[in-house]
Amino acid sequence: MFEFICDHYNYWAYIGLMMIGFYAMMTKRNLMKKVIGMNVFQSAILFFYISMAAKDGATVPILEHAHNGHGYLPIDIMQYVNPLPHVLMLTAIVVMVATLGLALAIIILIYRRYNTLEEDDIIMQLRRG
Amino acid sequence: MVEQYPILIVAIPLIGSVFCPLIGRWKKTFCYYWTVLLLSASVAGSIHTLFQVIAGGTVYYHLGGWPPPVGIEYVVDHLNAMMVTLVSVVSLIVAIYSRPSVEKELPDRIIYFYTLFILQVTGYLGIVMTGDLFNLYVFLEIASLAGYALIAVGEDGAPLATFRYIIMGTIGGSFYLLGVGYIYITTGSLNMADVRELLPQLYESRVILTAVAFLTAGLAVKMALFPVHVWLPDAYTKAPSVTSALIAPLMTKISLYLLIRILFDVFQHRLYMEMLPISSIMVWAGVIAIVAGAVMALAQTDFKRMLCYIVVAEVGYIVGGLGLANETALKGAILHILNDAVMTLGLFTVAGIVAYKMGRHDLSDFKDMFKKMPITMSTFVVGALSIIGVPPTCGFFSKWYLVHGAIIAEHWTFLAALLLSSLVSVILFFRVIEIGYGFASSHAKHAHEGDAMTGIDEAPAEMLIPAIAVAVAILLIGLYNQTILSKVIEFGVPRL
Repeated sequence: MFEFICDHYNYWAYIGLMMIGFYAMMTKRNLMKKVIGMNVFQSAILFFYISMAAKDGATVPILEHAHNGHGYLPIDIMQYVNPLPHVLMLTAIVVMVATLGLALAIIILIYRRYNTLEEDDIIMQLRRG
Repeated sequence: MVEQYPILIVAIPLIGSVFCPLIGRWKKTFCYYWTVLLLSASVAGSIHTLFQVIAGGTVYYHLGGWPPPVGIEYVVDHLNAMMVTLVSVVSLIVAIYSRPSVEKELPDRIIYFYTLFILQVTGYLGIVMTGDLFNLYVFLEIASLAGYALIAVGEDGAPLATFRYIIMGTIGGSFYLLGVGYIYITTGSLNMADVRELLPQLYESRVILTAVAFLTAGLAVKMALFPVHVWLPDAYTKAPSVTSALIAPLMTKISLYLLIRILFDVFQHRLYMEMLPISSIMVWAGVIAIVAGAVMALAQTDFKRMLCYIVVAEVGYIVGGLGLANETALKGAILHILNDAVMTLGLFTVAGIVAYKMGRHDLSDFKDMFKKMPITMSTFVVGALSIIGVPPTCGFFSKWYLVHGAIIAEHWTFLAALLLSSLVSVILFFRVIEIGYGFASSHAKHAHEGDAMTGIDEAPAEMLIPAIAVAVAILLIGLYNQTILSKVIEFGVPRL
């Protein structure tokens, strides 16, 4: 059992981070804390993808002599880390940044309107108004 | 040129959206014409592709000439072709309808509103066209991000509703991404057709079962299935009229399409019928969503909010129909995706016209509407009859197939829920019609007799003509439902 946990420590780390983010999104009453939780949650997924590409003793996936005009040399897959998850996560980072920016912009709108970021206070103001 | 259509449907609005702010700087009103132009091009492309698919079967397009599984592939089969036509036509109708409403509700944000509008449609079109799991995630997020921004500019309280939608939507999107990650880790592929070939040997793997759970949960949030629907009513009620008319018919239906594509196409039926109790969970989730949506709709005093809960109930119809997993029910569910998009569009365009004229969208604003806006209200009645399920309208036929499917599967609870929600819809819409005719307040009316309020005061033609077109479409889809079924949906039904 102990070995099983140690061998997959990257997955445990990602699940731990994801749960921290999820907890913050679900239970915190402050909107800013929710946004931070959202960011931790999304980062955990980035770690998951990146860690699944890793290999022991492998190097960056840049082929030597790739463009020498004689085609590709046969490669040993075990020498290179899997580049695809990295590329996917570049796109996911863009999505993440856009979501974060949008959430912050909306938080500014909310703050200007209600002068607070505590969800309970905002709901009180909504009920009164 | 013709073989490039699949990519052009998505690429034209995507590239065109970049030029929208530039055109807006030159002349603000041109943004509207630019949007209509771009979406017309998409409609032309998608209708052409639909006929191509009907004539010659599935269309494949390899982006940049890279063959799958390495490259990204766009696959248009009968189901996609129907969805892409639906999405592009609905968004074109909303675009034509939008101008007076946007000018009134968002006078200083016209340029960026239309830019985001085009991006939103791009996201929807991309989701339904692509055959690549990760590419799909990117389009899903494009659609969601544009949607958040479009909702946030709405009336008072919209930013808070949007914030909740962002939190829920991000959880949904992230779960989808995790599910895709689990599929990638076991199969090493992201192409749907390739994954479908590789998966059957791996069904014993617990990773795949986790992937199914993540994908289904993520899509359930995006489609607002009952317990996780909480973001929908607030966001769609407080959004600007045009935004709700665009998003309410499309977003939930596209997520349902994705559910069909992933559960029934990427995964095989052995998984969801025998190994996991997904199909029976779906039927029960559908039953609960139908009942809860109908009951909540009864409690509303706001017209748009009432429509939102009807959308929640309609999602239940389709999820339940998919869960029944027999051919008749699946046919009904797919036909209901088409019908419900058109019906919801019709009702939200009416809500937009009322909001344009009255500035609000409470049920009490419908007072004497039949005298003031006879044409608008007749389109409303057509939409309402279709939601209730009265024969010549399209809503009847898909409900008929769903009921038939429930009888074949001998699932009497689902059947009861379907009939119950039809009855509740009768109450819901006749309440509106009653207010509209002014029966409810006949005493008060005598005092104001001869009031100027009774003069006919229709919305501008730009808003009225799309609303009439949708009402006609509801009737036509109903009358030609056999043609649609035999030419398109028959082939789009997943193989069982």
